[in-house]
Amino acid sequence: MSAKETVPAAVANFVDERTGAAKWLKKNLTKVFPDHWSFLLGEIVLYSFIILLATGTFLTFWFDPSSKEVIYNGAYEPLKGLKMSAAYESALHISFDVRGGLLMRQIHHWAAIIFMAGMILHMLRVFFTGAFRKPREFNWVIGIGLLTLGIIEGFLGYSLPDDLLSGTGIRITEAIIQAFPVVGSYLAFFVFGGPFPGESFIPRIYTVHVLLLPGIFLALITAHLMLVWYQKHTQYPGPGRTEKNVVGYPLMPIYMAKAGGFFFVVFGVIALLGAIASINPIWMYGPYTPGQISAGSQPDFYMGWIDGLVRMAPPLETHFLGHTISWNILIPGLIVPGLIFTPMALYPWIESWITGDKREHHLLDRPRNVPNRTAIGAAVMMFFFVALLNGGNDLIATHFNSSINHIMWFARIGIFVLPVITFFVTKRICLSLQRADRELVLHGRETGRLVRLPHGEFVEVHEPLSKEELWKLTSHEQPGALALPETDINGVARRNRLVSKLRANWSASNAVQIQKPTALEIEDSSHH
Amino acid sequence: MSKELNPIENPGLPAHTPRQTDLDPKAEKRAERQVASLFMLSALSTVGFIYSYVWVKSDSYTFIPLLGDMNVQQLLLGLFMAGGFLFIGIGAIAWARQLMPDSEVIAHRHEFRSSDEDRKEFVETVKTQGAAAGIGRRPLIKRTLGAALGLVGLGPIVLLRDLGPLPGKQLETTSWKAGTRLVTDPGDRPIKASELEVGAVVQTMPELAPGEERTLNNTAKDPVLLIRLLPEDFNLDSERLSWTHEGIIAFSKICSHMGCAVALYEQQTHHLLCPCHQSTFDVTRAAKVIFGPAARPLPQLAITVDSEGYLVAKQPFTEPVGPSFWERNSQ
Repeated sequence: MSAKETVPAAVANFVDERTGAAKWLKKNLTKVFPDHWSFLLGEIVLYSFIILLATGTFLTFWFDPSSKEVIYNGAYEPLKGLKMSAAYESALHISFDVRGGLLMRQIHHWAAIIFMAGMILHMLRVFFTGAFRKPREFNWVIGIGLLTLGIIEGFLGYSLPDDLLSGTGIRITEAIIQAFPVVGSYLAFFVFGGPFPGESFIPRIYTVHVLLLPGIFLALITAHLMLVWYQKHTQYPGPGRTEKNVVGYPLMPIYMAKAGGFFFVVFGVIALLGAIASINPIWMYGPYTPGQISAGSQPDFYMGWIDGLVRMAPPLETHFLGHTISWNILIPGLIVPGLIFTPMALYPWIESWITGDKREHHLLDRPRNVPNRTAIGAAVMMFFFVALLNGGNDLIATHFNSSINHIMWFARIGIFVLPVITFFVTKRICLSLQRADRELVLHGRETGRLVRLPHGEFVEVHEPLSKEELWKLTSHEQPGALALPETDINGVARRNRLVSKLRANWSASNAVQIQKPTALEIEDSSHH
Repeated sequence: MSKELNPIENPGLPAHTPRQTDLDPKAEKRAERQVASLFMLSALSTVGFIYSYVWVKSDSYTFIPLLGDMNVQQLLLGLFMAGGFLFIGIGAIAWARQLMPDSEVIAHRHEFRSSDEDRKEFVETVKTQGAAAGIGRRPLIKRTLGAALGLVGLGPIVLLRDLGPLPGKQLETTSWKAGTRLVTDPGDRPIKASELEVGAVVQTMPELAPGEERTLNNTAKDPVLLIRLLPEDFNLDSERLSWTHEGIIAFSKICSHMGCAVALYEQQTHHLLCPCHQSTFDVTRAAKVIFGPAARPLPQLAITVDSEGYLVAKQPFTEPVGPSFWERNSQ
């Protein structure tokens, strides 16, 4: 036998005799993954995380996380002779004196933006297609955890260079910590090692940014992927696909080549962005000093919505018995984000409680077929959109020459009104799309071909759909309303009447659907 | 649950349609060459990357439309790195799509729920093994263990105490004292009232004693904005009016909302605007909040002139500067 044949066998033998992995590998190397572009979103997040680890490690070789004051004497002329922190100086050093350093900084920052954006898009895909349903609730919760930690990790990351912009962000964070009732000023003094800004914060968040949070990320991502592996991927409904199977391509070789190739593509695209698109040019902001600020101070987009909420908050403080509670900080900075993220994490259970559906689901929903969920998702997106928009109200005002006060009032009212409008509009759109599906099933596709009949009438020829297309449009379930009697099975009145009434109403609203065609109707229509 | 069953039968997996590369050996060869060329391009990019690292000067800049001034070396390194990765990726995907088998396969799923028997045995195991420890029979152990576990976490929390000092009065005090001169920032030059024209704005700091250094901690609390208006523009009560000097009024520059520097002054309207959250303060009415999320005016510093005619603080701030905190007495 040639070496080509003996070497793999020898390696396999070596590994298997020590681990007994042959059986597991044999099975899993041909594991089937369904194919769809929207399944790539999660992959983008995973790959940008790997890029973040690699480029981040590179940056730590030069970055000095210290607030010690130094005089700048590097390659960037305009800042020469200025007092600054060692952190800012070393970030400038990476940008101007280390070959490829600026590139690595920019790739790191772009990868962070794509990491966050990818996570949000992946979450939206999972939400709108119902992929979070049983048995995948754990992964939904892990995902919400990753998203929350991602916001914090990103914020700490862009705070590290200690430039004028990021220092302003730290100042705001300090004010939020200080706003905690009772313990606020103590917490702030502990976190900052004394009064703001002190010299402890940068080295402390450095440890959190490069060790603690990445460690937690690794653990959570591993658990997330193991669950995906073990539970097998969901799939979109289609011909040949059922709740009991997975239709797709085997891991080896197709997915190895495709996913491996996709990793390189993601890295390539981010490297391209890092090469040509300047991001966070810290040398333009100058070193941080609390007495100065640059106009148009903006956080990165994943923090921008909180900033937008803070901006639109009413000027409310409570003063009593010599104490102060800053509602203008607590409400937008802590209470509202908590009120949004908690139901978000619990959503899989909320939905299954309302629908009474406790079954496993592996076939995804088309968003139009679940109008209420889709409408909730759209409404929440609108909420974040208005908040984010208000986070950039100063830039909008200067770019579009409008009044900042008008934009703020628009946001203050819009944050309540627009999500409600969005809910109803989305729901109507979903129902219209269902109606269009029904039309398509019963009357076929419009071909655009006009035919004149012998008696002079013109008709457009409709082409019937194939069996596969018909299946796609009709295979979904249409839930009925949950029957919730006033009394339980023992005839005892239910406790919490209000809650069960709410549940019944919501469930009835879920059941508002355009009736999908029956077999009889399809049969009938094929005879015209 | 559903109102009716599916109106049509699942038609099953559609028949596989062969690709051009499956049918035509020429197309297959062409695809193979394409993939190989992509991999070659990646290799060339890496050579280009190393060339740029070693031989391109690191301090030359060039202007590129839309992108602005770019460092040539960083740009080339980035482009070649992107090429090195992108071409491998595109090549691998092209390989998978055009040359690897593309018929879909079906794998089966199984419900995750274990069999009733297994579940019963599991519960039994937990019960019997748990009973072996006898935790139910030994409430003393159960309770003391609970107490110990509840308390043991306190150790690490207590350890965190030394992260920082207690706040004391530090949030409530600044470096300003009666008689402290206002000096320009930057420049550290004392200011005479006559130097300020109507409409002028100057950022000031408290004057340092000889040999004293200004720390960032002080810079976070001490900055004061001096603004000169026409005295008749003011709309102040008599006390606050007495804190001004010939139309010059002084406010803390640290926003009463979240501590940003309130840096934008509109001369026409006499408004101060914080660029962080757009809180707007009316200078003529003792920095009253007229818009935005701030709940309190900017603290006003009482000023006068000393014997040499330089502006000085008449007294320290009468309230804490910067954002609110629990212990702040705002009555």
